Amino acid sequence: MDPIIILQAGVASGTVLLFATIGEIIAERSGVMNLGVEGMMLIGAMTSMSVVLATGNPWIAVLVAMFAAGLLSQIHAVIAIRFRADQVVSGLALNFAGIGLALVLGETLNKAGALSLLPAFSIPVLSAIPVLGPIFFTQQSVMVYVGYLLVPAAWLFINRTRPGMHLRAIGEFPAAADALGINVAGLRHLYVFIGGMLAGLAGATISLAVSPGWFSEMTTSGQGWIAIGLVIFAQWDPVRAAVGSYTFGALRRLILDIQGPTTILSLRNPFYYMPYWGFFLEMLPYLFTIAVLVIGSREAMRKRLGAPSALGIPYVRGERGL
Amino acid sequence: MTTPDRAVPRPRGRFPVEIRLEPRTAQPRWLGLAVSTGAVIVALLLGAIVMAAAGGDPFRAYGFMVKAAFGEAGVFSDTMVKATPLILLGAACAVAFSMKLWNIGAEGQFFLGAFGASAVVLTPLLPPETSPWIMIPAMILAGMLAGALWGFIPGILKAKLNVNEIITTLMLNYVAVNWNNFFIYAVWSEGGFQMTHKFPATAWLPRLADYAKQFPQLRGLTTHLGLVIALVAAVIAWWILYRSRWGYEIRLAGDNPRAAKYAGINISRNTILVMMLSGALAGLAGMSEISGVVHRLQGSISPGYGFSAIIVAWLAKLNPLAVIPVSVLFGALIQAGREIQPSGVPKMIQGIVLVCLIGSDLLLRYRVRILVRRQEA
Amino acid sequence: MTETALAVGMRGICKQFPGVLANDCVDFSLRKGEIHALLGENGAGKSTLVNILTGLYRPDRGAILVDGRPVTFGSPRDAISCGIGMVHQHFMLVPTQTVTENILLGLDHPRFVMRLAEHEKTIAELARKYGLPVEPGRKVWQLSVGEQQRVEILKMLYRGVQVLVMDEPTAVLAPQEIDELFKTLRSMVAEGKSVVFISHKLHEVMAIADRVTVLRKGTVTASEIPVAETNKEELARLMVGRDVLFELEKKPKAPGEVVLAVEDLRAQNDKGLPALRGVSLEVLAGEIVGLAGVAGNGQSELAEVITALRPATGGRVLLHGRAVVGEGSRATPGLARWMIDAGVSHVPEDRTHVGTAPNLSVTDNLIMKSYRKSPIARGLAIDGDRARLAAERLKQAFDIMVPTVETPVRLLSGGNLQRLILAREIDSAPKLMIAMQPTRGLDVGAIEGVHRLLLEQRDAGAAILLVSEELEELVDLSDRIYVLFNGEVMGEVREADAATIGLMMTGTRQADLKAGEGVR
Repeated sequence: MDPIIILQAGVASGTVLLFATIGEIIAERSGVMNLGVEGMMLIGAMTSMSVVLATGNPWIAVLVAMFAAGLLSQIHAVIAIRFRADQVVSGLALNFAGIGLALVLGETLNKAGALSLLPAFSIPVLSAIPVLGPIFFTQQSVMVYVGYLLVPAAWLFINRTRPGMHLRAIGEFPAAADALGINVAGLRHLYVFIGGMLAGLAGATISLAVSPGWFSEMTTSGQGWIAIGLVIFAQWDPVRAAVGSYTFGALRRLILDIQGPTTILSLRNPFYYMPYWGFFLEMLPYLFTIAVLVIGSREAMRKRLGAPSALGIPYVRGERGL
Repeated sequence: MTTPDRAVPRPRGRFPVEIRLEPRTAQPRWLGLAVSTGAVIVALLLGAIVMAAAGGDPFRAYGFMVKAAFGEAGVFSDTMVKATPLILLGAACAVAFSMKLWNIGAEGQFFLGAFGASAVVLTPLLPPETSPWIMIPAMILAGMLAGALWGFIPGILKAKLNVNEIITTLMLNYVAVNWNNFFIYAVWSEGGFQMTHKFPATAWLPRLADYAKQFPQLRGLTTHLGLVIALVAAVIAWWILYRSRWGYEIRLAGDNPRAAKYAGINISRNTILVMMLSGALAGLAGMSEISGVVHRLQGSISPGYGFSAIIVAWLAKLNPLAVIPVSVLFGALIQAGREIQPSGVPKMIQGIVLVCLIGSDLLLRYRVRILVRRQEA
Repeated sequence: MTETALAVGMRGICKQFPGVLANDCVDFSLRKGEIHALLGENGAGKSTLVNILTGLYRPDRGAILVDGRPVTFGSPRDAISCGIGMVHQHFMLVPTQTVTENILLGLDHPRFVMRLAEHEKTIAELARKYGLPVEPGRKVWQLSVGEQQRVEILKMLYRGVQVLVMDEPTAVLAPQEIDELFKTLRSMVAEGKSVVFISHKLHEVMAIADRVTVLRKGTVTASEIPVAETNKEELARLMVGRDVLFELEKKPKAPGEVVLAVEDLRAQNDKGLPALRGVSLEVLAGEIVGLAGVAGNGQSELAEVITALRPATGGRVLLHGRAVVGEGSRATPGLARWMIDAGVSHVPEDRTHVGTAPNLSVTDNLIMKSYRKSPIARGLAIDGDRARLAAERLKQAFDIMVPTVETPVRLLSGGNLQRLILAREIDSAPKLMIAMQPTRGLDVGAIEGVHRLLLEQRDAGAAILLVSEELEELVDLSDRIYVLFNGEVMGEVREADAATIGLMMTGTRQADLKAGEGVR
């Protein structure tokens, strides 16, 4: 039970959550809540595996997976934005449909042969840094490094660019944006698409990098939902999302590893001798998510921060602001 | 006083055809049923397309479904067994959704209900010789209480701290499965297998097949008393929602919380109570399933009933009575699903049905007009 | 005066909304370099007219000319590109973004990555030039309302508008801020820009405007009068109606005890600004008390405090002598219930969001107050047949036009929705009724019906507080009229002429009237 290994694996596993969480942050910042993340992740995982088996090229697989998930997200986008239906139910519907589709189309995948995975490597200078090097920069999948770049890129985009400013505006006060000529509906479609693509990327990361293989629904095992919870914990900020994602990733790895050794810190390891206590460990990520939500809600109530004001509310011109 | 203008068509796009949504001013009664039926048909068609693309045989699959629903007694009986928990879970979802409380945790409450009922038998709270007239009601009560507890937690978090109940209920699903697994593997396990001891016969819900001696036609029919319980519960749930004062308050609070406050309704208290009722119904489903079908507590007691129930409730337009026939339909789907390749088909069809339903709701609220626009001068 | 010296000309503007002719062949001209006030009550058509001017609506008929050239606007963006912009009464600012971001919203610059520094410099220049101090880096929600308004103005100035429409700009400002605003406006027009200034506060109009146009019920009653050539009395008269003597002739009825007493009530509005600044009034059993005043002067907040939907920050409300709000009252969660049981009825201004549940049936909406008591209630249940019968009865009595009483309420037209709410509130035989704009959106026959009902309630001993934009309605029905302005009661009248009421509605206290000519 080497803490370095746990954290290193945690970063890898957390990258999956990171992609999904940031994708949902972007969609929700534009004012649309997309609860179909789990379904889109599964579609991404399934698609990437299918394509990799067919073409042998993991990069193409990733791109196709992202596109497929993004396309799926547009069903929800049309229903939520154009049809102005209730976004909760629409997102759930997308979720079920996505999971169902992935299961059906991915039926044959568990008999698959060898996969060509995405490359993993170390970064030369950085991996020599004590402590941080082995964790963050040694033998990690390329996707992990993409994740490192995504966080500041997302943050900069949202907070320091003009399109990012418009993104925030349409999620907070779409009437003001509309009055100044911004195409609220069109932009919302775009950002839901981007959110979908990132969820698909998360799924592809599972299949081709972190936990290769197809395990039906267990491939994602609720991470899509944890991501939605993390969005609230992150207060819709990519940097906080990273903190949350990597922490959760480490937690999941810890849960796995803690059941292995016979002693921990030279004490008898209760999880080794009474293996079924592992079930309580399995509960932890989900209980943590609830705890995280409770903290997030209280903070929002106190700090006048919180969700984008127009989140979940269909925008209809003519209903002015307040 | 100034009614805002309907959005003036902006000469933005280059499409000569414009699709405009106009709010309906009247809604004939047949429209709801027609739209829902249309949505289901479209969903089945889409499902068939996907199945064909994945190499399956849609006609065979749908053939199984029809047989399961309308075929011979044996298959129909199995369908009803599948429909039983769906009725209860569908009613549970209908109750919660009527107040716009998104209880996605019916699955977890189902598991906890199974746990509660099992605890009565396996701890053992009541000795195996206890008369079934005491044992069964005790299990029912325990199952409902356990489910109500699992609904209480997200309920109070939502009421007091405004924590999103979608995620809390969902997370509790996973917690519930692991909780049950612990007891199945570690505490009550039978010789290392992944299931508990079989329940004593006094803890079994009677089945039609039990009377095969007197009525030979009933041989092999596994429909159990749980069905009666489910039907009764559905009627009670319907009565609560549509005939009682409390149900009126629930529906009013779900439709417009401000108006409900004006009418003097306590939203916070009702949130908790409704979640507990929903959880109790789901817990009852859990009890019914283990006492009527598998007669022990084990890990796999649900092919996703709790999630199917969401779609059932929505298709039934949140009416617990309508939940009954819809549950039979979905029961047939799940039953047939055991024969269909690929095995994810029932789930997929359910998902597509829900998508089509949501999309079709649009037609209920708006009339769709297609206009051909000329170029603006 | 040639057309080209006009900044803007509006000719023959007509705009019809369902049920109401908002603008009836209105002509309006704005010269370059002037401040032109637009005066009128609610429903006079001012908002519609300026919304047409700034591109939000399209006129059914008529033309808009900018610098002598005819233009059509498809959206507010088009109007802005022609140099016409509006500062709304309800600000269109994104609260979580900074001043600079709000000003730059929707523009094609800055380039992709925002280097805000030089834009902030431009904004600071602009701000200094027009006397609109702002801190570009602060987030909007941190700003005071006055500062927010400055951002709105800067937003328009930054886009180079030459014509600025200001919709009730002083409603949210402190006196000092008003002076600063006026300085800004004057420096703008000195440059050749023009301002359309919508207001119902006569003293301000007299102070700042060069010319005035008065609208009443969709038509122009006074066109482009130079302010120097008129006075407040005349303007008030033009705004409110021809010289009519308002005499309240009622069946003499000895009103009973005090049902509602409001003592020095203070409350805030949704933005945290004071909406009620010490309102005192009483309503006795068996009388109708009218509340006159332009909307936005505290009427809604007053009704909400009395019906326990809004907290008070000072003062008291007493019902039948018992304190229900403020000092001496017990703030119980069941206050709303107690009010219903005590016979308090409320016909709200916002029918859809407060008053009804859109997806429930007509029947369900009608029993909202009566469902706990028999005969509608029967033990734990609701007697569906009785409820339906009651609904049918109300449907007949109040002429609610629906196919059946099971129809979902969201399909009802505005007028029918109002009738439903009235039916529900009147049917509970209230002891106190707060009626806000009860006849808004109804046709003549329906209005008469409502008036009859209100008078019936009065004769039956109910105490009624009637808030209405229609002075004639108040006069027809009320035993007494209070005039509300800026959160205070300006005066109480039993008879008055149009000018007097008009002056009170626009800011003159009753006491000051008696002291001679209307002063500020």
